[in-house]
Amino acid sequence: MSAHAENINYFKASKGFMSWLVTVDHKRIGLMYLASILLFFITGGVYAGLFRLELWGPLPGFISPDTYNHLFTMHGVIMVFLVVVPGIPGALGNFLLPLQLGAKDLAFPKLNITSLYLYWIGAVIALFSLTQGRADSGWTFYAPYSLSQNPAVLWMLVAAFILGFSSILTGLNFIVTIHKMRAPGMTWFRMPLFVWALYATGIMQVFATPVLGITLLLLLMENFFRIGIFDPALGGDPLLMQHFFWFYSHPAVYIIVVPAFGVVSELIATFSRKDIFGYKFIAFSSVAITIIGFLVWGHHMFVSGQSEVADTIFSFLTFFTAVPSAIKVFNWTTTLYQGSIKLTTPMLYALQFLFNFTIGGLTGIVLGILSVDIHLHDTYFVVSHFHYVAMGSTMIAFIGGIYYWWPKMTGRMFNETWGRLAAVLVFLGFNLTFFAQLIMGSQGSPRRYYNYLTEFQIYHQISTAGIVVLALGLFMALFNLLISLKNGAIAPQNPWGARTLEWTHAETPPVLYNFTETPVVTQGPYEYPTEKV
Amino acid sequence: METTKTFWLPEQASTFADAVDWAFGLYFWISLFFFALIIGLITYFVLRYARKRPEQMASGQMIHNTMLELSWTIIPLLIVMGLFFIGMRGYWHMRVAPSDAVTIDVVGRKWSWSFDYTQGFSNDTLVVPVHQPVRLRVTSTDVLHSFFIPAFRAKADVIPGRYHSLWFEATRTGVFPVLCTQYCGTNHSFMLSAVKVLEREEYDEWLKGAAEAAGGGGMTPAEFGATVYTKRGCNACHSPDGKPGIGPTWQGLWGKSRPLTNGSSVLADEAYIRQSILEPPTQVVAGFQPIMPPYKGIISDREIEAVIAYIQTLK
Amino acid sequence: MAEVTVPKEHEVAHHFDDLEQEFESHRLGMWLFIASEIMMFGALLVGGLLLLYKFPAAFAEGRAHLDWRLGTLNTFFLLTSGLTMALAAWHAQRSEQDKVRRNLLLSLAFATGFLIVKYFEYSAKFHHGLLPGNAFSGHGFTDPNAHVFFGFYFVATGLHVLHVLIGMGLMVWCLFVSRKVKFTRAYYTPVEQSGLYWALIDLVWIFLFPLLYLVA
Ligand code: HEA
Ligand code: HEA
Ligand code: HEC
Ligand code: CUA
Ligand SMILES: [Cu+2]
Repeated sequence: MSAHAENINYFKASKGFMSWLVTVDHKRIGLMYLASILLFFITGGVYAGLFRLELWGPLPGFISPDTYNHLFTMHGVIMVFLVVVPGIPGALGNFLLPLQLGAKDLAFPKLNITSLYLYWIGAVIALFSLTQGRADSGWTFYAPYSLSQNPAVLWMLVAAFILGFSSILTGLNFIVTIHKMRAPGMTWFRMPLFVWALYATGIMQVFATPVLGITLLLLLMENFFRIGIFDPALGGDPLLMQHFFWFYSHPAVYIIVVPAFGVVSELIATFSRKDIFGYKFIAFSSVAITIIGFLVWGHHMFVSGQSEVADTIFSFLTFFTAVPSAIKVFNWTTTLYQGSIKLTTPMLYALQFLFNFTIGGLTGIVLGILSVDIHLHDTYFVVSHFHYVAMGSTMIAFIGGIYYWWPKMTGRMFNETWGRLAAVLVFLGFNLTFFAQLIMGSQGSPRRYYNYLTEFQIYHQISTAGIVVLALGLFMALFNLLISLKNGAIAPQNPWGARTLEWTHAETPPVLYNFTETPVVTQGPYEYPTEKV
Repeated sequence: METTKTFWLPEQASTFADAVDWAFGLYFWISLFFFALIIGLITYFVLRYARKRPEQMASGQMIHNTMLELSWTIIPLLIVMGLFFIGMRGYWHMRVAPSDAVTIDVVGRKWSWSFDYTQGFSNDTLVVPVHQPVRLRVTSTDVLHSFFIPAFRAKADVIPGRYHSLWFEATRTGVFPVLCTQYCGTNHSFMLSAVKVLEREEYDEWLKGAAEAAGGGGMTPAEFGATVYTKRGCNACHSPDGKPGIGPTWQGLWGKSRPLTNGSSVLADEAYIRQSILEPPTQVVAGFQPIMPPYKGIISDREIEAVIAYIQTLK
Repeated sequence: MAEVTVPKEHEVAHHFDDLEQEFESHRLGMWLFIASEIMMFGALLVGGLLLLYKFPAAFAEGRAHLDWRLGTLNTFFLLTSGLTMALAAWHAQRSEQDKVRRNLLLSLAFATGFLIVKYFEYSAKFHHGLLPGNAFSGHGFTDPNAHVFFGFYFVATGLHVLHVLIGMGLMVWCLFVSRKVKFTRAYYTPVEQSGLYWALIDLVWIFLFPLLYLVA
């Protein structure tokens, strides 16, 4: 291949539909992830919209209880396994990790496209399950309810199993890339915080996901052969299934949020032109959260009938996740001090993240308080807690990240005015939707309820009104980006004046192998000059 | 009666409620403080350090401050440790029933509750005396459920094949909702009941009356059957008047020939109905799912006879 | 595969700087994958231990229907093939292509031995109706939960056999590569990777064997 061919941008390097399907270029794979994930985000959102509409009134409305159960199950499974878990690593991580490290690609490009194909296969199976009946087990697949041999549930189990593999392979690929593919001079502490976040995430993906795999496999076996491991009617133990499930799914919540920490660190540094306060701490605390995160799964089971001693230990450990998270929040806040702050669209999302994550994290702590969780468990309070962290923090940071790197990915600038307006709508809509749920939850309104006590109607109505505003904002944000593909101004190499390699050394959009010349790194990722006064 | 409901929490009616709400309230103010602090600082910084010229750089690069970092590590750590102890104390108190508690068995099934009193009868609502520790021993006949009384701040998962327990002591009389909080299928959100807290004398009287009525005292078998129909939760799935439901209606059932899923058909007589109640999966009516819970060991012979008498009246 | 191709030197993939970076990346990747597999089998074994704890009698009765001699034979097959895989990697580093191939073939033979023994074990179980859960129709069991043992037995060994098959696939792949590329001290990645993977399969068996065949 001539040197020349390598120096044209990755869109033009090869042409045609097939060239995308067989590509091993991490940037194209990242874009395909992005498109798929957004598609499923909209799908999951439509499911939420439908059942929120049903919840406008307590009485049976336009859908039946069975349909309702089916809708929230699909919503949960899609949002978790097809949107937030693969989300930031699959889309932004794939695109940026080699660029931020100064590498030509990930360590295993073919494995990377394999991950994407596994994701697609999992997604297709999840959709195929719709033709097999109504999956209605909830995203938690608790036994023995999930052992009803409902074929749609079985297909969902298969789908989640395959998606798990996709996630493991992505994590593995990232860890190896970070260890072995850094450009000359790119020491561990010169890596952008986004890279550190992906590193921590990778560890959880590799070590926690296989346990989900075996859990789903055993559930399938139990359904087909009734082997008697989870089903009490056969002598099995339903609590064992819950332990297995949360052993994965608690770390999974950090798989979800830690990449968002990374994105937000980048946005805050860039738009306040500041070095991150306590860089090392933010880097290590992601890893610390990872490790502690493996030891707290039992906090989902305080009323499940596990031993009181186990409950106590899990509660104790749960509180330790608060400390690194608290430090991070304070570090980000302090980073703003003396900065040169510009409220661009991505920055508005970063600040929204701080607002929502503080609420989401603080509501997590109260769930860790044993006596209080007995009351709050499985109410809308929990639903609200995890939407504040998963939607309000992770997806918001994700969207902020998409806006921030959009010029790099596509070579076009988006419209700032529309972008900011949409960001404000999203903020209002989101908080309207989920703050109301916080109140009705602590008032004792259980989750997964098609029918509810009439006293909660007002909260449900506020919540349903909220999603309308939220959806409006999200669609506006999306169209703003799509329109820019055609009408947007051509993006310069470094529109934000950021200091990480993808902006300083890579063209916009980057060339096929990322850099015309391998960058040599001589300084940290956020070394901004100071204003002379 | 004045209500103790607040903006955040439902009314209080048990001895735990105070402690739980106190912990919640304490934490509420702590978190409000931190929330206000963080959002306040962010707002201030964003306004104070807004970029005025495009090329403007930061006015300082503070990246480290040991005092600050130590304080925001240690203070939250101390706070959460405090919260842990408060939660743990409250929790152990909630888990260990006092020795003078009376025990009532609770059976959860799709999608109703039954409360079995040691006096040998069962009821579809929970009736308890005020100021008396009550221990509930819960179990399920099918899938997981969870027994929740918001006003008591009491909750426990209900597990098939296992006994799990919770206790409470009601502090005031009244009627409070009982909910199922573990997802259990189609009618999870209709799996409601109530707890009725009575004065001691009223309770004793009720207990006596209920024990007699359970024997069918003073009622015709069909009348008694009608009470069994609601008490045992048959009404969750069967209608007496031809309305379609999860299970076949009982109207006109008696004496009909029933088509089964295995292709054969059976006459709906005494033996058939008894069998359908005790071991439903052995004869599943065509067009229905085999989801009716078996009542073997739960329902008494008398009750079965009464149900049969009741079904006979539904022409 | 009629025409004989002369093995060539391995070429470094485009995105790596040099052979060393490529080799180390592959090695780290394989270790991570193995760690992931260990987490999976680890969870399965925890499940098995809990079942053993819950149903000691069912496990004791079930075990009586397994032949520890066959199990030992299989342990022998696996461990020996582990050795020959290690030898293959050793020879690969010394560019002794023929010996690499011979050891790979030996490993394949032992692995096949393992599968044959498993075939006989499985078919005996099928014959006596010693099957998981619902399909269980064994006679002469006093413990009502005897089927649980066989449920676990088939899931655990089945998953293990699946790994054996994949491991054998890797050996075949190495044989294939050996026709096209020269193994050298600098490049013997396929053989070493397959060997590592095979070591995992050995390791899992070393835990499964006592749990299923021996512990009383
Ligand atoms: C992105 C996902 C995400 C994240 C990041 C978190 C973060 C946390 N979660 Fe959450 N959680 C979920 C997703 C997540 N959770 C989901 C999906 C469920 C429900 C699943 C289901 O049942 O379907 C759940 C449920 C859940 C429960 C079980 C509730 C129940 O079912 O009864 C508990 C209980 O302990 C809990 C605790 C926590 C804690 C302590 C944190 C901590 O990590 C939070 C730490 C952050 C902070 C503390 C905020 C910042 C700090 C400060 C502002 C400083 C001041 C703070 C103090 C002094 C305390 N979570
Ligand atoms: C983890 C990710 C995630 C996300 C992002 C969401 C997003 C939302 N969720 Fe969901 N939710 C879950 C995970 C998630 N949820 C889980 C795990 C459960 C539990 C399921 C169970 O019980 O088993 C649950 C349950 C759940 C319930 C409780 C149901 C019940 O218990 O009965 C409710 C109720 O209101 C709800 C609502 C919503 C709403 C309104 C949104 C909204 O935020 C959705 C907004 C999205 C849209 C409106 C689509 C439009 C999007 C675009 C146009 C793309 C924009 C793109 C760019 C800008 C680039 N969710
Ligand atoms: C979870 C729902 C559910 C509950 C609760 C329930 N049933 Fe049923 N029942 C069904 C279904 C579904 C069928 C039809 C399938 C079958 O025959 O098993 C049925 C069938 C029957 C039949 C046979 C009816 C016919 O049409 O031939 C009888 C009799 C019966 N139930 C009695 C009872 C009694 C008595 C109770 C309460 C003590 C009860 N059921 C509670 C769901 C339920
Ligand atoms: Cu019973 Cu939900
Ligand atoms: Cu958790």
